[in-house]
Amino acid sequence: MGGMEVSVVHEVKGVNDLEKLKTGSILHIQDVYKAYGDNLILDDIDLSIAPGEFCAVVGPSGCGKSTLLRLILGQERTTTGQVLLNGSPIGSPDKDRGIVYQKYSLFPNLRALDNILFGHRLRMWPWQWGARKKELTEKAMVFLRRAGMENHSHKYPHQLSGGQQQRVAVIQALFSRPKILLMDEPFSALDPGAREDMQMFLLELWEESRLTIFFVTHDLEEAAYMGTRLVALSQYYSDERDPAELKKIGAKVVVDLHLREIGQAASPQVKTTAQFGQLIQDIRRDAFDPGYRQHVKDFSLNHPHSFYTLSSYEGGEEPT
Amino acid sequence: MKYPRLFGLHARPGPYLHWVLVALPFAFMICAYLISSHKMLAENPNAKLLPSVAKMAEATARLATEPDPRTGQYPFWQDTVSSLQRLGMGIVSAAIVGLLLGINMAMFPGLNSLARAFVTFLSIIPPLAVLPVLFIVFGVDETAKVILIFVGSVFVITRDIFLATLALPKEQVTKALSLGASQLGVVYRVILPQVMPRLFNTTRLTLGAAWLFLIAAEAIASTEGLGYRIYLMRRYMAMDVILPYVCWITLIGYTLDLGLRLWVGWRYPWYTK
Repeated sequence: MGGMEVSVVHEVKGVNDLEKLKTGSILHIQDVYKAYGDNLILDDIDLSIAPGEFCAVVGPSGCGKSTLLRLILGQERTTTGQVLLNGSPIGSPDKDRGIVYQKYSLFPNLRALDNILFGHRLRMWPWQWGARKKELTEKAMVFLRRAGMENHSHKYPHQLSGGQQQRVAVIQALFSRPKILLMDEPFSALDPGAREDMQMFLLELWEESRLTIFFVTHDLEEAAYMGTRLVALSQYYSDERDPAELKKIGAKVVVDLHLREIGQAASPQVKTTAQFGQLIQDIRRDAFDPGYRQHVKDFSLNHPHSFYTLSSYEGGEEPT
Repeated sequence: MKYPRLFGLHARPGPYLHWVLVALPFAFMICAYLISSHKMLAENPNAKLLPSVAKMAEATARLATEPDPRTGQYPFWQDTVSSLQRLGMGIVSAAIVGLLLGINMAMFPGLNSLARAFVTFLSIIPPLAVLPVLFIVFGVDETAKVILIFVGSVFVITRDIFLATLALPKEQVTKALSLGASQLGVVYRVILPQVMPRLFNTTRLTLGAAWLFLIAAEAIASTEGLGYRIYLMRRYMAMDVILPYVCWITLIGYTLDLGLRLWVGWRYPWYTK
C-alpha cells in the first residue's frame, strides 16, 4: 500500500450530523478513491443512500460508475475509503447485496425456474431443500406469472429473449431477499419496447417490496424516469489542481438530485413534460459535456443526504 | 437462382447427394483394397500382404469362437475386454483428476500459483519416454499400462478444463456469491456443472491419444489385449488377423466417440445451443 496519503478534513455540506447520516443510511460511501496503478478512476466519492431509495447513477462512458458498483458489490476493493452497508464495512460479495448485470446474470445450465430457486438451493442442505421445494416453487411461479412467463419456466436462458432473460434475472435477484439490489446497465442491451416493459416491471416490484436499488445506467432519460434520486458521476469538472499534472482526472459526484419521494414510482407520462426535458438538458450539460467544466464548488448537490468531505489523494499503487 | 450443388462456398448438396458423398471415400477405399487383393492373390495364392475378405473373416471367426486350448478363453473377446478395461480405467481416472485439478487451479489463485507451471512442465514430458520407468517401477502387469494412459491424458484434460473454467464469465462467480453460495458452493455447484460437457468433449478428443498409449504398452509387455495380438501376429505376417483387429479398434473408438457425443447432446441440451 506504499505511498498512499489521504488527508481528510470533514467539511460536511448539507448534513449537520455525519454520524447520524452514517447510521441512518443503508449504504454509506465516504472518501472512496479507486485507482488502477497511477490511473485514478474515482476521486473522493461521498454518497449516502437511505433505505428504500431508488438511486439511479448516470455518467459518461468510462467515468467509473460500474467501478463504483463493483466496489459496493465487493467484487473489487477500494484503494482507500469506506463502504458501509447498514453501518458495517462490506466484504466479498454475499447475499446482502443482489446483482443484476447486463448479461451473464443467469446460469446457462439451469432452466428459468431453477435459476430463480438456485439461491435458496445453494444455501440449503439437500434434505432442507426437499422440505421446502414445493412452497418455494409455488412462490417462484407467482413471480413468473406476474412477469407473464409462466409458460417459459422450463426453458433454458438461451431459449428466452433478452427481455425475458432480464425478467428472470430480476426475479432471481429479488427472490433471495437482498438488503440492496445493485443493477449494472440491466436494460441497456434491450430494444426500446422490451426496455420500457422492463422499467415498468422493475418499478412495480420496487414499489411493493420497498427494496433499496442502486441502478447504474448510461441512459440519462432512464435514470431521470426511474430514480427517486439521481446521481451523476463525471470526470468533466475543474478544481484547483493543474489538469496537466494529473494522469487522468478521476470522476466525482457532480449532480445529486432528489427527484421524488421514496416508494413512489414515476408514471411514464412524466417523460413528456417540459420540466423533465429541462432536467435532462441540465444534467447533460453538467455531467456529459466535456466542454463544460463546472467548478467543484458549483456542483448541484441538492439531495438532502448529499454531503462531501474534503480529502486529497497523493497517488500510490493499488494494494496487491 | 439456384444454389450450386457441389462446388463453392454457397454449395448445398441436398440430403441425397450428401449421403452419396459421405459413402464415396469409404467405397473407394474398399474397392481399391478388393481389386489389389484380387490381383495379388491371382499372381500368388499364398501372398500374405492383402488377404481376401473370406480369409480375414475365417481368421477372425477362429479367434472369436474357438477357445484357446491353453487358457480356455476366446482370444478375440479376451483381447477386447482387457484392452477396454485398461483404456477405461486410465481415461476415467484421468478425466476425474483432470476435472478437479483444472477447475480448482482456475478458481483458486493460490493453487494456480502452486500448480500451473508444474502441470505445464509435466504435460510436456513425452509419456512414451517414461514408459520404461513405469514398467520398472510398477512392474509389467496392469498398473503400468493404466498409469501410462492416465499420465498421457490427465495433463491435457487438466489444461483444457483450466482454460474452459477461466473462460466462464467472472460475473457468474459474483452472482453466485450474491445469492448466498459458499466458496466451495461456487466451485462445485456453479462452475463444475458448467464445465461437465466440456469434460466429455475433451475426453473424446483425448481418447485418440489414449489408444496410442494403450497399444504401445500392450505391444511391449502383455499377454493379452488388442495391441498385444496385433504385434504378436506381426511376427507371422498374419495380415488376416491384423487388419480385422485394426478395423475392430477403429469401430470401438468410433462408437465411444459417438456415444459420448450423443450423451453430451442429451444430458446438456443448453451446451450445444
